[in-house]
Amino acid sequence: MIEPQLVQLLTPEGERVYDDVYETSLTAEQIFAMYRDMVIIRRLCNEATSLQRQGQLALWAPLQGQEAAQIGAGRALEPSDFSFPSYREHGIAWCRGIPPELSLRLFRAVDHGGWDPQKYRHSVPTIVIGNQALNAVGYAMGVQRDGASEAVITFFGDGATSQGDVNEAFVWASSFDAPVVFFVQNNQWAISEPTIRQTKIPLYKRAQGFGFPGIRVDGNDVLAVYEVTRKALAHAREGGGPTLIEAFTYRMGAHTTSDDPTRYRVDAEVEAWKHRDPIERVKAYLVRAHKVSAKKFAAVNDEADEMALKLRVDVLAMGKPDPLSIFDHAYASEHPLISEGRRDMEELGVGGAS
Amino acid sequence: MTMAKALNEGLRRAMEANPKVLLMGEDIGKLGGVFRVTDGLQKDFGEDRVIDAPLAESAIIGTAVGLAIRGYRPVTEIQFDGFVYPAFDQIVSQVAKLHSRSSGIYEMGMVIRIPFGGGIGAIEHHSESPEGYFAHTAGLRVVSPSTPNDAYWMIQQSITHPDPIIFCEPKCRYWEKGEVDTDNAPRGLFEASRLREGSDVTVITYGPSVRTCLRAAEAAASEGRSVEVIDARSIAPIDYAPMAASLEKTGRLVVVHEASANASVSSEIVARLSEECFYSLRAPGVRVTGYHTPYPPSKVEEEYLPNVDRILDAIDRVMGFES
Repeated sequence: MIEPQLVQLLTPEGERVYDDVYETSLTAEQIFAMYRDMVIIRRLCNEATSLQRQGQLALWAPLQGQEAAQIGAGRALEPSDFSFPSYREHGIAWCRGIPPELSLRLFRAVDHGGWDPQKYRHSVPTIVIGNQALNAVGYAMGVQRDGASEAVITFFGDGATSQGDVNEAFVWASSFDAPVVFFVQNNQWAISEPTIRQTKIPLYKRAQGFGFPGIRVDGNDVLAVYEVTRKALAHAREGGGPTLIEAFTYRMGAHTTSDDPTRYRVDAEVEAWKHRDPIERVKAYLVRAHKVSAKKFAAVNDEADEMALKLRVDVLAMGKPDPLSIFDHAYASEHPLISEGRRDMEELGVGGAS
Repeated sequence: MTMAKALNEGLRRAMEANPKVLLMGEDIGKLGGVFRVTDGLQKDFGEDRVIDAPLAESAIIGTAVGLAIRGYRPVTEIQFDGFVYPAFDQIVSQVAKLHSRSSGIYEMGMVIRIPFGGGIGAIEHHSESPEGYFAHTAGLRVVSPSTPNDAYWMIQQSITHPDPIIFCEPKCRYWEKGEVDTDNAPRGLFEASRLREGSDVTVITYGPSVRTCLRAAEAAASEGRSVEVIDARSIAPIDYAPMAASLEKTGRLVVVHEASANASVSSEIVARLSEECFYSLRAPGVRVTGYHTPYPPSKVEEEYLPNVDRILDAIDRVMGFES
């Protein structure tokens, strides 16, 4: 099923196809590097799911099926760009150079964030659906006022497009020509609700009503996602204003480890999407067009296994934070109720990490 | 000068001092805000620093969050108290929590100005007192000036403060005049101030009710009762030390505000001072507040709001209490 007006450079079978506007600039090495990213991210995701099943994580939000959307977009970012994620953007975090174990701190329930957002230029996760779209537009307004050549990108899902905040973000970005890219991963499901519950028109078409370009890309085609995102970011940096990118993809797994998708969707649908797997199509393309050897693919798998092993060790080593640390950053300056709370807890003999 | 003018001058001075200070709100540019608090500022500082916002309160706060992350110091205006609720999510979920979520890396210093309170004969949603919602939220601070001098200084102190501050402006006092000393700040932002000395009863209040309480104290004096009036100024955190010191002396407590009493700032003040000053109390603390109804049609707001008679009645009650 090819969706109308869907930018695609690689078919599900791994055939190179050509688009009127977008052409890939990537070398075989770069494409292979993205293949590696996707394999590692999938492995990370599977390991995290296992860790949750073993009681080592409170929750996990899998991204399986969305690897091309995230690696394509993540690799399109320049180091100076800034991104505002939701809670499923483990692939973007990977591309920003965030050590994988830090992405799991939130899910280990030892942190609400996990990394230094200024260092990695990747904000802390936003769980309230759609809030980050407005935060991204505000940041972009700051970039604009600084006269900087930077772009801002924000990630959210198809469900979030029903939120007031996301629609307000569209209005503001348009009104101020903010250098921001709205990247919606339409993975077809907002927990149990299909996209048709959120919208009667393709999501990318909504952009037109707000006065900026919208584009739908095959979210399982890493080449297309990369090129579409790169162009939208460049457009933003050059003062062209916002773009809405709808990455048409599929959430192969559950919403989170607490979810049971068998209650609301049929196996046939999942099976159909398996044939559009984002990793397999790049692999097929690399084998066919660039004669990449089985040995190279095997090496990537080994590397992913090593990463997973290290991830497991790192996660298991994350102990309970010092309860007194809850008082550290509630405010940026002295506050009497914080001093009092800390004193009370200390008097109870509470304290120390374990 | 008037409080509105004092705020205007305070904002101007803050903008001159720090080029990262931006104002954002509905109709704050050419119009100068519906209360003219930002009058002339867009003309002098430009449209990039005094931003007429599209009409979306959640977006005003949500974009202020991003601007703060980028290193700007946004000062946002919510046009009226009753219109802050669309922004409530951004305020409690992001503004209040991002400093903590980022382990202290994001500094969320920003000021959210809200003209609040009643007594102006307005239609619905234009007379509310939502400060309690914000006082309840960890990560936020809430202050309210009651005089032009405090308004002038407190707005500047709020803008330079590293934490997000909900700045509640008593809109019924915007046009009242008072001396402004532009050289010396009266006191710290979070310090309460004793406005009238007395020995029989301690009346604690803030914002629009301060003036009402001073009038009540005056009336009580003519009946031979000596009433001490304390302006809390800061609603979160509350500066209890001068309140407790006063209560040690008077033993009687009345707390006054326009918001309704249930689970309110006055609940907190009475509970806290009862705990701290238990052995000095000669009567239970009494509250004079708005009733537990939606803010009424303004033809009957005089009966809804704490007025001199109701405050005097409360003073009578604490004076007449026999333990």
